[in-house]
Amino acid sequence: MSRLRIYTPDSSQQIVDEMYKNLERRIDVAPKGNCPVELSDAFLRMCLAQSCGKCVPCRIGLAQLSALLGKILDGTGTEEDIQTLESAAQAIYDTADCAIGREAGRTVLECLKGFRDDFESHLTTGRCLSTFVAVPCVNSCPAHVDIPGYIALVSEGKYADAVRLIREDNPFPSVCGLICEHPCEEHCRRNIMDDSVNIRGLKRTAVEKAGHVPAPKCAPPTGRKVAIIGGGPTGLTAAYYLTLMGHSVTVYEKQKKFGGMLRYGIPRYRLPARFLDEDINVILSTGIEAHTNVEIGKDISFSEIQEKFDSVYIAIGAHSYKKMRIPGEDAEGVVSAVQFLRAMGDDEPMDIRGKRVIVVGGGNVAMDASRTAIRLGAAEVHVVYRRREQDMTALHAEIQGAIGEGVDLITLKAPASVVTDEQGKVTALRVKPQIPGEYKNGRPVPRDAQLPEEDIPCDLIIAAVGQAIDFGHFAEAGITASRWGTLQAEESGAVAGTNGIYAGGDCASGPATVIKAIEAGKTAAANIDEYLGYHSVIDFDTPVPRAHARLRLATGRCNMVDRPEGERIKDFELIEECLTDEQAHQECSRCLRCDHFGYGAFRGGRKKAW
Amino acid sequence: MVTLTIDGRQITVTEGTSILTAARQLGLRIPTLCYLKDINEIGACRMCVVEVEGNDLLVAACNAGCEEGMVVHTNTPRVRAARRLNIELILSRHNANCTGCTRSGNCSLQTLARDMNVLDLPFPQQPVFREWDHDYVLIRDTSKCINCMRCVSFCDKVQDMHVWDVTGTGAHTGVGVRDRLDLKDAGCAYCGQCITHCPVGALRARDDTMEVFDALRDPDKICVVQVAPAVRAAWGESFGLTHEEATVGRMVSVLKAIGFDYVFDTNFAADLTIMEEGSEFVERMTHPDKYKLPMFTSCCPGWVRYAKLRAPEMVENLSTAKSPQQMFGAVAKTYFAKKLGVDPNRIFCLSIMPCTAKKYECAVEEVNDSGAGRDVDMSITTREFVRMARFCQIEPMSLGESEFDDPLGEGTGAAVIFGTTGGVMEAALRSAYFLITGENADADAFSGVRGLDGWKERTFRAGDITVRTAVVNGLGNIGRLLDAVKKGEVHYDFIECMACPSGCGGGGGQPIHDGQELGGERGKYLYSLDKNSALRFSHENTSVQKLYEEYLEHPLSHEAHHLLHTDLKAWKL
Repeated sequence: MSRLRIYTPDSSQQIVDEMYKNLERRIDVAPKGNCPVELSDAFLRMCLAQSCGKCVPCRIGLAQLSALLGKILDGTGTEEDIQTLESAAQAIYDTADCAIGREAGRTVLECLKGFRDDFESHLTTGRCLSTFVAVPCVNSCPAHVDIPGYIALVSEGKYADAVRLIREDNPFPSVCGLICEHPCEEHCRRNIMDDSVNIRGLKRTAVEKAGHVPAPKCAPPTGRKVAIIGGGPTGLTAAYYLTLMGHSVTVYEKQKKFGGMLRYGIPRYRLPARFLDEDINVILSTGIEAHTNVEIGKDISFSEIQEKFDSVYIAIGAHSYKKMRIPGEDAEGVVSAVQFLRAMGDDEPMDIRGKRVIVVGGGNVAMDASRTAIRLGAAEVHVVYRRREQDMTALHAEIQGAIGEGVDLITLKAPASVVTDEQGKVTALRVKPQIPGEYKNGRPVPRDAQLPEEDIPCDLIIAAVGQAIDFGHFAEAGITASRWGTLQAEESGAVAGTNGIYAGGDCASGPATVIKAIEAGKTAAANIDEYLGYHSVIDFDTPVPRAHARLRLATGRCNMVDRPEGERIKDFELIEECLTDEQAHQECSRCLRCDHFGYGAFRGGRKKAW
Repeated sequence: MVTLTIDGRQITVTEGTSILTAARQLGLRIPTLCYLKDINEIGACRMCVVEVEGNDLLVAACNAGCEEGMVVHTNTPRVRAARRLNIELILSRHNANCTGCTRSGNCSLQTLARDMNVLDLPFPQQPVFREWDHDYVLIRDTSKCINCMRCVSFCDKVQDMHVWDVTGTGAHTGVGVRDRLDLKDAGCAYCGQCITHCPVGALRARDDTMEVFDALRDPDKICVVQVAPAVRAAWGESFGLTHEEATVGRMVSVLKAIGFDYVFDTNFAADLTIMEEGSEFVERMTHPDKYKLPMFTSCCPGWVRYAKLRAPEMVENLSTAKSPQQMFGAVAKTYFAKKLGVDPNRIFCLSIMPCTAKKYECAVEEVNDSGAGRDVDMSITTREFVRMARFCQIEPMSLGESEFDDPLGEGTGAAVIFGTTGGVMEAALRSAYFLITGENADADAFSGVRGLDGWKERTFRAGDITVRTAVVNGLGNIGRLLDAVKKGEVHYDFIECMACPSGCGGGGGQPIHDGQELGGERGKYLYSLDKNSALRFSHENTSVQKLYEEYLEHPLSHEAHHLLHTDLKAWKL
C-alpha cells in the first residue's frame, strides 16, 4: 500500500459525474410550466442525497420538509403544514453547519415567497396552477414561430414553404436567420440529450436556399386606415400583418431608409443590407404606403395623423442614448454608440483610421461598436467594463468574436472621468479598479477595489451604456413616460387613456431584441384589428410534413463558422457562413418534433392561425 | 399511396394513414386505451406500440404514419412486454374495485388486463381519491381515471365546451374541471359525451335507479314510465340483441316485467310537441312583425343550456314549447290523472332517455306546471334502464311482445325520428306543411334533412311560403352555426339543434361501446320504424287529437300554454 496515491475516479464515480452533467443539462433547459411545488420537492430530495448526514437540520430536516411537500402535493396538506414548512426551512437555514443544508433551506423559503399561490392552490383545490408547455421552442420564441414546422420543411427541401411558414408569425426571416438572439434554443428539449438544435442556422438555410419568396395575398380592403410611426422591425411587422388583413397602412420613417435599429444599429458584417432589404421589400410589396424622411412634430403633427387615421401605432424605437454621467464626457472625442453606428447605417462612417478607441459598456452594442471600429481601421480598440467578462450582457459569441478580431477587453474598471488636453480633446479615460461584490439580481455588484485610479490613453471614447427614447412631441396626445423613460403601453400595446393609439417595440419596452420588436408588432396588429372591429385571421395554410418516429441518438450540434478573423476585419462583409447542406441535414434530423411527440400530440402541437 | 407490410401482410393505404388504421383494415387487433379516431390521437397509454423494422424505437401505431416499404410487427415479445408493463402501471393508479363500477363488463382497461393476463401487480396500488358532489348529473371518480385525456379532447374538439382540462404536471398530473372550478360553475351542458367516450368508469351519470325501485315498491304510487324514441334503438345492444330481437314490443314487456303500472311512449309527447311547436313556427313565420326569426327547436336540454350559457341573446328565438319529456309529464299528471280519477300526487312519472341532461331538465322549476310535484319525477338513462332490467334478472328473449298502454302510448312515425338528427325538423315540416296548405305532403318530402352531417341546410316550399331550415348536431357545430347566424353570414327561418353528435341516437345516456359511434346506426333503425308506421304525421295521432278535444282545445290555447310551454329565460342553470 503506497503512502499517497494519484486519484482516479472509479466507474461508479464516473457514472455519478455523468448523472450530474445530465442533471445540469436538464436544469439548463428547465421545461416551462411544471408544478413548482413538485419541483421544490425534487430539489429538496436531491439536496438530501448530497447531505453527509452529520447534522440534524440537514439529515432529518430536509427529509421532513420533503414529507410536508409530499402531503401538500397529495392534496392532504393544511395551512398549518405550510407554516411548519416555513418555520422549519428558516430554522434549517439558521442552524445548518454547511452550504449543503443551509442553501436547501434558503431555497424552500424563496419558493414559499415566490409561488405561495401555488402552495395555496394545492391546499384549497388539491391542484396546481401550472400548465405544461408542449413545444418549448415555439413557446420561447416571442413571435411563436412554428419552428418544428419549418425545420421539417427545410429537411424535405421545401425552403420556400419554410419561409412562408415563418412569415405567418414573423415577416423578418432573413434578418432573424442572421441576428436573432434565438431564445427558442434555450429550452430546446434536445438539450437534455446533447445540445439544442441550431434553429437560427436552419432559418438562415431556409432563407438562403429559398431565394425570393413573394408575400401572400391581402384580404379584401376594409377601408380602415392605420398609421405606423417608425419603420423599424416592430412598425414594419405591424404594417405587414395589418395590410394582409386588408387595412390600409401608411408608415412614416424619420430616417432616410427603413429598418430602424436593424439598419442604424446592427453592423453590416452581422446583417448585410441585402438581407434586410429583402425582408423590407417583401413587407412593402403588400401595398403599404411608405414615407421616409418624415419627422413627427416637424413634417407632420401627431394630431393630424390622429385625425386622418382610424388607429396609430407608435414604433419610434430607442434612438437616443444614455450618458456615462462622468466628468468631461461632453469633450470632443466622446460619442455615443448610437450616433457612431447610425452614421454607418447611412454609409457615412466616422474617420477613425489610426486612432486609439475606447468603447465603454458590456452589452451587444458595445461589441458592435468595437468590432465596427476595428473594421474602420482604428489602431487599437479597448472595451472598458466595470464588471467581469462573464457578467457582460453581450452574447458570448459576440464577445469571443470581438476578442478574436483584436478587441482588448479591460474589465473591472469603472469609468471615472474623461481626461482632455488643453484644446479640450480627449486624451485618456480615467478608470477606477473594481472587485466583484455581493450578488444582486444574479450578478455581483462591482465595488471599489481601493486601488489607485488609472488612465487609459485614447483618441475616441464611444459610450455604449444604454439607449433612451425621445418622444416629447407625443405628450400632446396625453402619452406619458414610465419610470424607466419608456412610453407607457399596456400588454395589448394599447396606450391607456387613448382611443386607438398603440405603442410597442423598443420605445415601449426599452431596448430589446429584434424578435421582441416583432412580437410587439404582431400583438399590435392583432389588437388594432380587433379595435377596428375585425377578427381577421392570419393563416397561409402551409402544410407541414408528418413527424416520423425514429430513435434519436446523442449527436453533436453543427454551428455556423465565421470567416477567418484576419480576413473579415478588412471589410464589412457578412462574417458568418451558412450551414453546409450536410450540416443542415443533420441539424434537421436532430429536431425531436415536440409538436408531434410528447405533450405536443395532445396540446398545442400546432397553432395554425392567430 | 404507400405500401407497407404488417405482420407479413401487404397493404396499400393513402399517405398519412396511421399504422393503427392500416392494421385494423387488415383485421389485425392492436389494443388502445386513449385513442379516439381524429379526436384523441395522443399516444399516451402506449398500448398501441408496435415494432417497425429498422427503427430502434417502439412506435405508437395510433399516431405514426405509414411509410413506403415499412415492415411492421404488432405482436413480438418486446411489444407484448411493453404493453403489459404499461397496463400494470395504469392499474397501479387505478381503483380496480370493479364490482362497484358501472363499467364492469364494459371496460376497456378491464378487458385489456384480462387479455394480457395481469394477475398480480408488481407495483403498489395508489389510486388518487378526490371528493365529488354525488348529486351532480355527471360524476367523476378520480380514482378510476387513467388520464387518457379523451374527455378533455372530446369536450374541446367536438363539443367546444372546454369543461375538462389537465390539472398539474409531473407525477401529479390529472384531469379535472377547467380552471379549478366546480362543475356547476364550469358552463357544462351536461351532454354526457365525456361519459360515453370514457374507456373506464371514471365518468358516469348519476344513478337514480334505486329511487325508481323505491317508487315501484310503494303501494300508493302509480308508476308511469315514458320511453324516448332513441332508447328503443339502443336498449337491446347491452343484451347482445339485434334490432329484430330487441323490438319495441319486447322493450314494453321488459318494462312491464320490471313492474311499471303504465308503460307509455314519449312519442305521444313528441307528436304533441310538433302540434305546439309547429303551430308556433307557423305563427312566427306568418307574423314577421311580431317575432324574430330564426326559430330554434327547444327539445334538447343540452342545447338549451348551451344557448343560455353561450348565446343568451338568442334564447328568445327558441321555441317556447317544452320538450316531449316535460310535455308528457305535464299531461300525465293532469289529463291522465283525471282520466284515472286519482290524485296526481300519487303518480310517479319516470322517463327513460338517451340523455344525461334530461336529469337536469326535469328538475328545472319552470317546467313543472302540474302542481303535483315534479311533472317528471325522475329521468334515467338507457344504461340505467338496462341496469334495472338486469337487477330484476330479466331475460328479454324469454318475453313476448306487448303494446304500449293507452292513451299516452300512441306515437306516429314523425315522432319516432325525434331520436336522430334532423328528425324533429322533418316531423315539424310534415305538420307545418299541413297547417299552411291544409293538405299532407308526401311523408318523405322532407327527407333532405336526414344524414349525419354536423350542419345541414335545406329550403322547402309550403304553399307560397319558403322555409329555410338548418339542422345542426354537436355543440361545436352549434357554436359555428350561431356565429354565422349572428354575423349575418347565413339566414334561416327554422333551426333544429341537438347537443350530441348524430342527435339522441348518440346521446350521452346511451349504451357505451368503446371506439364505436352508433348514433347513425340507431338513427337508421328509427327511420325504418317511421317508414313502417301506419301514421307518419303528428297531426294524425288520434290520442293527441283526443287530448285537444277533451282537454286542451287547440294548439297554443291558454291551457296548452300553461302546461306545454315554458319561459326558457327563467330557467336556472
